[in-house]
Amino acid sequence: MSNVRRSSQIKEPLMTVDVLIIGGGNAALCAALMAREAGASVRVLESAPRDWRGGNSMHTRNLRCMHDAPQDVLVESYPEEEFWQDLLKVTGGITDENMARLAIRRSATCRPWMLKHGVRFQPSLSGALHTARTNAFFMGGGKALVNAYYRSAENLGVQIQYNAEVEELDMNDGHFVAAHVVHKGNDGAVRRERVTAKACVLAAGGFESNIKWLREAWGQNALGEWPADNFLIRGSRYNQGTLIKHMIDHGADSIGDPTQAHMVAIDARAPLYDGGICTRIDCVSLGVVVNREAKRFYDEGEDFWPKRYAIWGRLVALQPGQIGYSIIDAKAIGRFMPPVFPGVKADTLSELAHQLGLDEPTFMQTLHDFNQACRVGTFDHTRLDDCHTEGLHPVKTHWARPIDTAPFYGYAVKPGITFTYLGMKTNETTAVHFGGQPSDNLFVAGEMMAGNVLGKGYTAGVGMTIGTAFGRIAGRHAAKAALGDAFAGDVHDIA
Amino acid sequence: MTSLDALTREAVALANGALPLTAAESEVARQMQICNACRYCEGFCAVFPAMTRRLDFGKADIHYLANLCHNCGACLHACQYAPPHEFAVNVPQSLAVVRGQTYADYAWPPALGALYKSNGLTVSLALAAGLALFLVLVMLRQGSLLSGPVAGGFYALFPHNLMVSLFAPIFVFSVLALSLGVWRFWQDLTPATSGAPLTSPAAAEAAQHALKLTYLDGGHGEGCHNEDDAWTHARKRCHHLTFYGFMLCFAATSVATVYHYAFGWSAPYALPSVPKLLGAVGGVSLLIGTAGLWRLNLQRHPMHGDAAQKPMDLGFIALLFFISLTGLLLWLMAATVGMPLLLALHLGAVMALFLTLPYGKFAHGVFRTVALLRCAVEKRQPSRLALGSD
Repeated sequence: MSNVRRSSQIKEPLMTVDVLIIGGGNAALCAALMAREAGASVRVLESAPRDWRGGNSMHTRNLRCMHDAPQDVLVESYPEEEFWQDLLKVTGGITDENMARLAIRRSATCRPWMLKHGVRFQPSLSGALHTARTNAFFMGGGKALVNAYYRSAENLGVQIQYNAEVEELDMNDGHFVAAHVVHKGNDGAVRRERVTAKACVLAAGGFESNIKWLREAWGQNALGEWPADNFLIRGSRYNQGTLIKHMIDHGADSIGDPTQAHMVAIDARAPLYDGGICTRIDCVSLGVVVNREAKRFYDEGEDFWPKRYAIWGRLVALQPGQIGYSIIDAKAIGRFMPPVFPGVKADTLSELAHQLGLDEPTFMQTLHDFNQACRVGTFDHTRLDDCHTEGLHPVKTHWARPIDTAPFYGYAVKPGITFTYLGMKTNETTAVHFGGQPSDNLFVAGEMMAGNVLGKGYTAGVGMTIGTAFGRIAGRHAAKAALGDAFAGDVHDIA
Repeated sequence: MTSLDALTREAVALANGALPLTAAESEVARQMQICNACRYCEGFCAVFPAMTRRLDFGKADIHYLANLCHNCGACLHACQYAPPHEFAVNVPQSLAVVRGQTYADYAWPPALGALYKSNGLTVSLALAAGLALFLVLVMLRQGSLLSGPVAGGFYALFPHNLMVSLFAPIFVFSVLALSLGVWRFWQDLTPATSGAPLTSPAAAEAAQHALKLTYLDGGHGEGCHNEDDAWTHARKRCHHLTFYGFMLCFAATSVATVYHYAFGWSAPYALPSVPKLLGAVGGVSLLIGTAGLWRLNLQRHPMHGDAAQKPMDLGFIALLFFISLTGLLLWLMAATVGMPLLLALHLGAVMALFLTLPYGKFAHGVFRTVALLRCAVEKRQPSRLALGSD
């Protein structure tokens, strides 16, 4: 069995293939598998070493899925129109309806194909029951999905190379010719290679790991700070955006604002890279959040946390020092997902302020004002309850209860960037465009084109919806471009 | 990552006469804090759903989870925080280390818990002692190891009463020692797992999971891991062959005992007889199962489990293989000159198994069953936590 699986790890890969896939995450693998199934020879170039393969996909956990009736792990229904309205809401209308609806419709039919390639689903995780209707969870999470896709790709004879970073492409008037690859050996040795292919799919992720670029994009704020200096990257360290920059510099049409991204407020103690899901702080709606000046700055109870978690990264990024402090009392314990690091704990609020390094008089005033303003009705964390503040700015509209029961806890939070939205402008064929003209053999998928759907904002699981839908479409179109008449099937036949 | 909270709890526990967490237990607590904030592995097995019922991990919780884990490897291969990630999460490994510690900590008498620490040596010495005993006995009775065939079969060599007088005390002691240890384990686990008493539905569910090895199914029914991230049923199947083969052999002996005492029918029994059929099928099954487990054990991914326990695993597998092999050969060669030697080898190995029953790999099945029983009880109780809407 292991011999069959390993058969694809050919020592000397073919010098030229039908379809070259640049990237090694979900979108790249979906493209590779689809192209291979259509009869193309396929080579995957993953810039990360094997242990870190899969980019941000290894940190994901689910796929937002349209369905008109209950489906195995998905309860009730989540029709196209509702999905579209959710997307419209979170993006504030900065989206392409055609592309969004295409991704949504494809999410309804892609799961049997995912199962075929070894992905398994499980019911919504405990602590995430709100998504039981809208999101299909991968059993074991995204790394299990990535492992399954790699196993399947190897079994089908897809050539896979790790530590293979593509620095630039040779293009000829919008036509892909070759990729320049840098192979990094374990011993630090570097080997350069020019790889030709009949077609190519770019699926190498956003530029979120490139701190220098983030710094440049975010610039300086009114306080003279460089906000991006305080960002943490929730995922892969390998998404440097090398090809995004290269393509834009060479005339590819781009889409998206470089400061727009999926950003979450995460534990300030999280590692710089790959902190993943466990570093999030889920107690915001149960207490208050203050900034470095010990003052509140946003309605913590605006809506259910799953609908708001993705705005708090940006909110914190706009505060001085790009830091916030989520403050709760003993009443909140056991009501939110346990954080990975223990909170700062104190028996009095002034002691908590002292431990967090916040100005004590201001902190006490903020908490006093908040506690006085609370109008407690019937607390219910499972619905938009009637506990709110009166005469306070900013208001807390739900779940407002005085923070008065020791012990008190505080968690410092920083902006955690998941992925950036700046990428290639494309259409329903996923072709890279140059001056409005689609390339005949260069396609793009995943984070590198997510900005076509996500102008801003985020809703859980939609990154994988986009990656899976457009990865599969890109793979099919690349195979068709490479094989011409020999292409097995129909580009639309990807149910 | 020791918080003030944990230190306080530890201090209180110490004041109450409890032991502080060992390094291996603290490592599990550290990893569980990470897992509890992630939870991607919830669908694989019983460990993670049990984890989500807790916010803190005390000594009993850790021993409970450690024995609930079947070391299937699914959560390691799926883990975004596994090495080389700086969080260095390897749940099957950290739980395996504590599991090994559980067996030693709960051994009775406590002093013999040390036998787990160098279990390869323990099994070797037990085997040497068992073999020496029976080889000497054969020599004393026959004057030679190769003097068969012996008229009157095994009992001419070792009368039934002699066998009983040799094996029964050791067997009774082993069962007693194991039971006392496991009883103490049960009592420590109970308050940490809701304290509720065992009910029939819970017992039935746990029995089913133990007998079917549900948690080597990966949650999706397609198996667990051995050498890499691919699924395999081989481990479950080989374990089934071993366990059920062992049980058939045990049943053969039990039926033969009933024949002997209740009906006065003495061994050896002819082939169509119940003891012979059970023994033959069981012996072959045990032979195939242990050979498979041996091979799988050597091929296991190096990050699975606790490497320090490999000698214990392999020693136990080898002992069972040797017992079934000598048992089958004894049956096939009962009428040859080799019978006395084979009989001595077989009985010596069986004696070694009995001697090491409460101080070797055999115990894993009993401790894991206790964990499965407590899990089946606990999951029927409402959770104290209400994370539902986050």
